[in-house]
Amino acid sequence: MTLPELFGCTFIAFGPPFALFVFSIANDPVRIIILIAAAFFWLLSLLLSSLLWFAVVPLRDVLAFGVVFSVLFQECFRYIIYRILRSTEQGLHAVAEDTRITENKHILAYVSGLGFGIISGMFALVNVLADMSGPGTMGLKGGTDLFFMTSAAQALSIILLHTFWSIIFFNAFDTNNYLHIGYVVVTHLFVSLLTLLNADALYWATLLPNYIVTILTGVLAFKVAGGSGRSFKRFVMCR
Amino acid sequence: MDEHDVPSSSAAAAAADVDDSQSGAAERLERPPRRQQKQKISNYGSNEQLERNNADHTDGPVLAVPYVVVRGTNSQPPRLSAGGADGGPGPSQQELEEEQGLKYGAQHVIKLFVPVSLCMLVVVATINSISFYNSTDVYLLYTPFHELSPEPSVKLWNALANSLILMSVVVVMTILLIVLYKKRCYRVIHGWLILSSFMLLFIFTYLYLEELLRAYNIPMDYPTAVLIMWNFGVAGMMSIHWHGPLRLQQGYLIFVAALMALVFIKYLPEWTAWAVLAAISIWDLIAVLSPRGPLRILVETAQERNEQIFPALIYSSTVIYTYMGTHYTPEQPLPTATSSPSYSNSTTTTRTTQNSLASPEPATGGSTARPGNSRAHQRQQETQAAAEGMPLVTFKRNLHGNEEAAGFTQEWSANLNDRVARRQIEVQSTQSGNGRLSNEYRTVTAPDQPQPELPEERGIKLGLGDFIFYSVLVGKASSYGDWTTTIACFVAILIGLCLTLLLLAVWRKALPALPISITFGLIFCFATSAVVKPFMENLSAKQVFI
Repeated sequence: MTLPELFGCTFIAFGPPFALFVFSIANDPVRIIILIAAAFFWLLSLLLSSLLWFAVVPLRDVLAFGVVFSVLFQECFRYIIYRILRSTEQGLHAVAEDTRITENKHILAYVSGLGFGIISGMFALVNVLADMSGPGTMGLKGGTDLFFMTSAAQALSIILLHTFWSIIFFNAFDTNNYLHIGYVVVTHLFVSLLTLLNADALYWATLLPNYIVTILTGVLAFKVAGGSGRSFKRFVMCR
Repeated sequence: MDEHDVPSSSAAAAAADVDDSQSGAAERLERPPRRQQKQKISNYGSNEQLERNNADHTDGPVLAVPYVVVRGTNSQPPRLSAGGADGGPGPSQQELEEEQGLKYGAQHVIKLFVPVSLCMLVVVATINSISFYNSTDVYLLYTPFHELSPEPSVKLWNALANSLILMSVVVVMTILLIVLYKKRCYRVIHGWLILSSFMLLFIFTYLYLEELLRAYNIPMDYPTAVLIMWNFGVAGMMSIHWHGPLRLQQGYLIFVAALMALVFIKYLPEWTAWAVLAAISIWDLIAVLSPRGPLRILVETAQERNEQIFPALIYSSTVIYTYMGTHYTPEQPLPTATSSPSYSNSTTTTRTTQNSLASPEPATGGSTARPGNSRAHQRQQETQAAAEGMPLVTFKRNLHGNEEAAGFTQEWSANLNDRVARRQIEVQSTQSGNGRLSNEYRTVTAPDQPQPELPEERGIKLGLGDFIFYSVLVGKASSYGDWTTTIACFVAILIGLCLTLLLLAVWRKALPALPISITFGLIFCFATSAVVKPFMENLSAKQVFI
């Protein structure tokens, strides 16, 4: 049972991002490089927040402290990668085979957001997945057997959220829309802090709001990227 | 990469891809060749540009030779009309070229990412599934100190002493290789290569197979195992040292690199492995960049001799075509040397082109022979056909991980004088300003008939040593059982590789690929396992997502 669980949870968490990667990233070398660069920046932000968490010994058990600063660091690095991408745009324009990458600014945001999301989801889940493969499992003696499933579902929402956040965030800085910047930071804080409740196995209280936020953020990102109800309808109808 | 029209000159500034060396000390990258747009740049007569290209190399002997305008016929048919006109491309075209190079580079970055990732994947999967490679109980001869003491200080000096010994072996082997190369002992080098790859492909693969079967508890009788080993090993030897499909060859090279990395992980004591990683990247830096660095000498010698440097030991992302298609049968009288002047002329001039442009890369497309001469043309195509099937990348490594490459041709030395004389004539004719008209040796004649474009590809080349040590790093990180560390190392190494390739595009010379990547990898490995891992474990145990 452990092996099917492993595959099931892997596909829940990484199936959609993998599909996104295959269909929208993998064909363009420049996008792959940007994806990996974004992942690297996320790693840097994680390193900084871990250092802070590690250094402040008395607060090590208070995860909320670490989480808040980690979120702030991530947003800072999102801003840094935004600055870097915008300042290298000229070069990218020269380098990219596919000129859409610079003509449509949201592509860069999307790619770097997906990079953030994938690495974040991986770091959150990969050790859990390794444990999932057996020989033991959760829920037999204490704990809840929903642990793995909810972790995977939460990881998926975080991956998607990072993608949406980056799109909104990049556009907000392009258009000086401080409301959107605030929205990104606040929802990121909200989602991360809400997951603190997972420790008490209050899954409905965390997953449901988080997915609502995910959908709302997705809709906002869709609007920001120039989508509308009509274009969505057209997309669904394949016209 | 469908780069069909790179004139041979475009590769001029290509850094030499010598590779070589010892236990992976030979990590080098060859920068992506510049790509010239065929219509825009009137290649002929672009003296400025060529000279600029030449200037990129500070290789003395090359600079001494004025360039000879010998161009690929397949690229610019209109060249004829403009003859010797000097219309050097302006700086804007230079920039254009750089951009083209970068654009070309982006694809090649991915073409390197994939094999590097595959190699790491093999190593990590093996480490995690076969516990044999996880524990060190037997030691290499070169690491006499076994780090058995629990004291960190003792372990530290053990590791330093071990890595010092190992590095001195590497240095000695590298110097030995260079001496052999300088003395033109090609047979020795070739034999060394073949012997090493033989051992890897048979003995180490057998050990691997044995442990694999043991780990999964699969029974197998000896005849079957021998049959598998024989087929696998012989196919590998053939595809690495002789003919073989590119994919197969690349697969074997990746596998061999992974195997070597596993050997390092298995037999090096823990701290020693880290110390060796740090030391080898420093050595790489010195060997490639310092003025008297052995690898640099190797590059320059190979350029001087106008050879494919060591094509071995290099993972090439694309096929390397060569017109010296007969290099594996050096004794055979070469048609080029014996046939009519016009024919020998064609091969000679291709070499001359290479020489003048300091391009160690095979000028593909035959850099064009004289198409006007149908016979020469035909021969040329034959040669190319032969060359197509013949990968020049060979690989070898001896027990302790030294790798060597060979694959030189001997024919060039046979008619060296001949070539020199011819080149001088050409040079003079070029200098006199009307090269095209001057003498029979010129090959600048434009094609009367369009030569069929041959797929010309020049990839970035990465020494197999890079593969090995990247994989050692990632494999070692994964042997602690923490996946976040593994992923962090992986991303850090890829980013380091990206930066190296970026520098390659900027500096346009051979660069060591280890230092940046290994530095990043080491930093992230230790930082992740010491600081990030506890944090992430705390978070994921409580299902907190950041």
